[in-house]
Amino acid sequence: MYPFSYTRVSDLRTAVQAGSDGGRYIAGGTTLVDLMRETVERPGKLVDISALPLREVTATKGGGLRIGALMRMAEVAAHPTVRALYAVISQALELSASAQLRNMATIGGNIMQRTRCTYFRDVTASCNRREPGTGCAAREGFNRTHAILGTSEQCVATHPSDVAVAFAALEATVHLLGPAGERTVAFSDFLLRPDNTPQREQSIRQGELITAVEVPAQPRPLRSGYVKVRDRQSYEFALTSAAVALHVRGGVIQVAKVAAGGVGTVPWKLSAVEQRLIGQRPSEALWTQAAEVAADGAQPLAHNNFKVELLKRTVERQLRVVGGTR
Amino acid sequence: MSPQPQKAVGSPLSRVDGRLKVTGKAAYAVDHDIPGAVHAVVVDSSIALGRITGIDTSAAEACPGVLKVITHRNAPRLVYRDNPVSNNPRGRRLRVFQDDQVLFFGQPVAAVVATTLEAAQHAASLVEVSYEARQPTTDLAGRPGNPLLNYARGDAEAALASAEVRLDREFHLARNHHNPIEPHATIARWDGDKLTLWDKTQYVIGTQNEAAAVFGIPVENVRVISPFVGGAFGTGLRTWPHVAIAALAAREVGRPVKLALSRRQMYFTVGYRPRYEYKLRLGADRQGRVTAMAHEPTYETSNHETFWEATLFLGQMLYNVPNVSQTLRTVSLDVNTPLWMRGPGFSSTSFCIEVAMDELAHELGIDPVELRLRNEPTRDLSTGQPFSTRRLRECFRVGAREFGWDRRNPKPRSTRDGDWLIGTGVATGCYDTNRARAEAHARLDANGTAVVQSAASDAGPGTYTSMTQVAADALGLAVREVEFRLGDTLMPPAPPQGASQLMASVGSAVQDTCDKLRQQAISLAVGDRRSPLHGVNPDDVVVIGGRLQVKDQPARGETYRQLLARNNLTHLEANGLYNPEAESPYSMYAYSAVFAEVGVDVNLGLVRVRRMLSVYDAGRIISPKLADSQAVGGMVGGIGMALLEHTVTDHRDGRIVNANLADYLVPVNADIRDLRAIYLDGDDRKADPIGVKGLGELVKVGVAPAIANAVFHATGRRVHELPITAEALL
Repeated sequence: MYPFSYTRVSDLRTAVQAGSDGGRYIAGGTTLVDLMRETVERPGKLVDISALPLREVTATKGGGLRIGALMRMAEVAAHPTVRALYAVISQALELSASAQLRNMATIGGNIMQRTRCTYFRDVTASCNRREPGTGCAAREGFNRTHAILGTSEQCVATHPSDVAVAFAALEATVHLLGPAGERTVAFSDFLLRPDNTPQREQSIRQGELITAVEVPAQPRPLRSGYVKVRDRQSYEFALTSAAVALHVRGGVIQVAKVAAGGVGTVPWKLSAVEQRLIGQRPSEALWTQAAEVAADGAQPLAHNNFKVELLKRTVERQLRVVGGTR
Repeated sequence: MSPQPQKAVGSPLSRVDGRLKVTGKAAYAVDHDIPGAVHAVVVDSSIALGRITGIDTSAAEACPGVLKVITHRNAPRLVYRDNPVSNNPRGRRLRVFQDDQVLFFGQPVAAVVATTLEAAQHAASLVEVSYEARQPTTDLAGRPGNPLLNYARGDAEAALASAEVRLDREFHLARNHHNPIEPHATIARWDGDKLTLWDKTQYVIGTQNEAAAVFGIPVENVRVISPFVGGAFGTGLRTWPHVAIAALAAREVGRPVKLALSRRQMYFTVGYRPRYEYKLRLGADRQGRVTAMAHEPTYETSNHETFWEATLFLGQMLYNVPNVSQTLRTVSLDVNTPLWMRGPGFSSTSFCIEVAMDELAHELGIDPVELRLRNEPTRDLSTGQPFSTRRLRECFRVGAREFGWDRRNPKPRSTRDGDWLIGTGVATGCYDTNRARAEAHARLDANGTAVVQSAASDAGPGTYTSMTQVAADALGLAVREVEFRLGDTLMPPAPPQGASQLMASVGSAVQDTCDKLRQQAISLAVGDRRSPLHGVNPDDVVVIGGRLQVKDQPARGETYRQLLARNNLTHLEANGLYNPEAESPYSMYAYSAVFAEVGVDVNLGLVRVRRMLSVYDAGRIISPKLADSQAVGGMVGGIGMALLEHTVTDHRDGRIVNANLADYLVPVNADIRDLRAIYLDGDDRKADPIGVKGLGELVKVGVAPAIANAVFHATGRRVHELPITAEALL
């Protein structure tokens, strides 16, 4: 681990100032400290933001929810309003990591977490995301867990978060506070595909701090849930996952929000699947027909071809679990 | 047979060292507080083959706290005597920092010594090594290999040609790493030309001999201390390069040095279960009698050493097959050398044989349990010897009953539970009963307590506890009155804690030692005019609860304390040993019947083990609670081998891709549901004086094939590759 300085801040203004001066924010530390140990991350200056007042879930005027960036994963998962209105968020969190990690890791940190690509985490391997221009060892290497969607010549690594998949499905927004004040960014614009700049992972500027993730209001009742497919029962990142939320009225699907994880370089919004659902009556046949387009555009690699079919089946499964088998 | 009542042996004792362990007071290798100790961190090669062309240590040396950076350019020449004692395989072992050659990925190329661990770690990351890399060969697939061993009886080819039913299969088994939770670690301290090592090892004498050989010093100049080992599964059976590095560093800086491998480094230099390709042809008649088996296993080894494990035993003795041929080949690659991992050889071989047997059963429409019973031998066909004990039929009978095997619909894909297809499978487990020479020492103190010791290890099986039980009964003392000590080369020698030989060997030595000590006390009493036992035939005296008494006349007697006090003795002591005959007239193996039920979500490619039951013919069970932790651990390990564990090498540059516990998957608690172990009540005195046949390896053998067979029964899909992954089932 490279030497670093460490300061704690207790108010937002000081935090943003410290961030603007080149500080790196740390809260739960569950990703950053690991990466520092592996020397993948070498921040010179850590700014501990754990004490900032960003630890609440509040209802927004429009009927949505604002989740404070420093809420622990476990706190959000257990929050009664989150559970009641957005089961998909609770489920995605509960299927993440381990109980110990969920007690430490924050929502802001979760969406900022970096890829689990083993070449990215091995400083002796070439990786454009870690060291631009060095090449991508994963593209022709062992890429069973890598992305099939949103990849580029430069990078094929997945975004590892589960709850980010739920946020993508629900079209959340990210609230940021920076030296120039507050702004909001649509979740779909917040996490960046690698394209030719895989080292740029979020549309966040120097000194900016995530203050909250806002989930917009959805018509009620909203049935939602998250499924995660992985080799073992717990404590593993997704091979594939699906976040589904449906609002059915008059026997017809009025609202469909669907996204997939484990398959994209960013959480993968499945608009084509949503389009096939909206205006239709729930049925087994509909789930199959909608899921058929889930992997459209997929570009599998040598070891992850199975994800193409698995993704479709994962989406189909979760449509059935959420939408029922009428 | 000991005349002593067996009270402690067979009772479900909790670990005598359990409290120390759960309160954090048990000192593992790196925990020992050695005054003045500094820290060493190893720098690993980032290429798999080639030579070092330059090492820039200036940035590392400039770090505060750094004492020295050791590389092949400044390291002293080391002796590296030949050493047949320490489980070194045939070949030329890696010699640390003796030349510029890189033989495998992750090979140590430098070590940084600093006053703090953090300084050493950071400085290690600053050492710049340049290489001239060559293309390594690390892929076993399709390589012909070098014949290592052959075996034949009958005429397998002819029998296969004329067989009514034939199977021709090829199996692929992934490389597995041991992954004990405690990483390898060593503390080295020199006092003049005497070296003390605190080491994670399953064999203190092995470490002692290897350290002496590396430095060219007399064996008695090296003392190795290893009271606690945080799991090993075989990786502690050799003395790996970091031990020499720790000792070398300590000598170079003139201070004690602590060195612990990182989790990542645990995939580089400390062995693994080798990857296998296994061709198996099987011939049988329509009644299910196997007439021929032709085995062609191939496994990986390093270019510098030829690894051997017991790959051929099962194919020779497990079933009543008249015609057998075996050719074992190794493929030499630019990799580190493998090392025995739980159930070595047997675990891998049993997957191939037992899956093939299941295929035969399915093909012939014979129940898989019945098929195995039809192939039960009456003697070991590889040696002609009778079995010391072989109760496999009983294992299957009890197992089938307890598992509910007769409720099984034999048709694959016939049972469903929601999205899950349910299947059950069975396999035979077997491991050979090994014994080796062992010694022990026991001392009985005037206060009536005893200390027994032997240079054994306890990597988790519970040696402290089981030996205490054996000693307590032989001495006629309560368990709390006996202390067993282990893990120090100053103690009487013991064999490695591997190959399931420790209980049989050290246990028998402990019993012999404690028998001698008890008899010594009895002799003293019956010859002592002041003793109530004076004149009694020593054979009629037993010791119960620390009191020597006449067998049929319990009122007549006295305690150890009274006897020693009256004779003004501070203590009595005895040495004992177990020295098994070189050639036993018996074929000695432990057996099991393993039953598994799996659920397969075939749409999503998920396999989950719902329940397992294993029935063991392992001789006498000294300590039922310890046996259960072995059995559960073995089944968990088998689930890992079957479904998850896979060390991935990037053959482009020989890199281990998943050198961490997030990417090398082992089962987690949520994967483990209902595991049950049953032990046949046994006592095999033909095997050894305490009647045990070994359990630690047996419990893993047969688990993976039972699961694979259950997956077939659930889905109708036969998988010949381990681990069984989602992509194989979609």
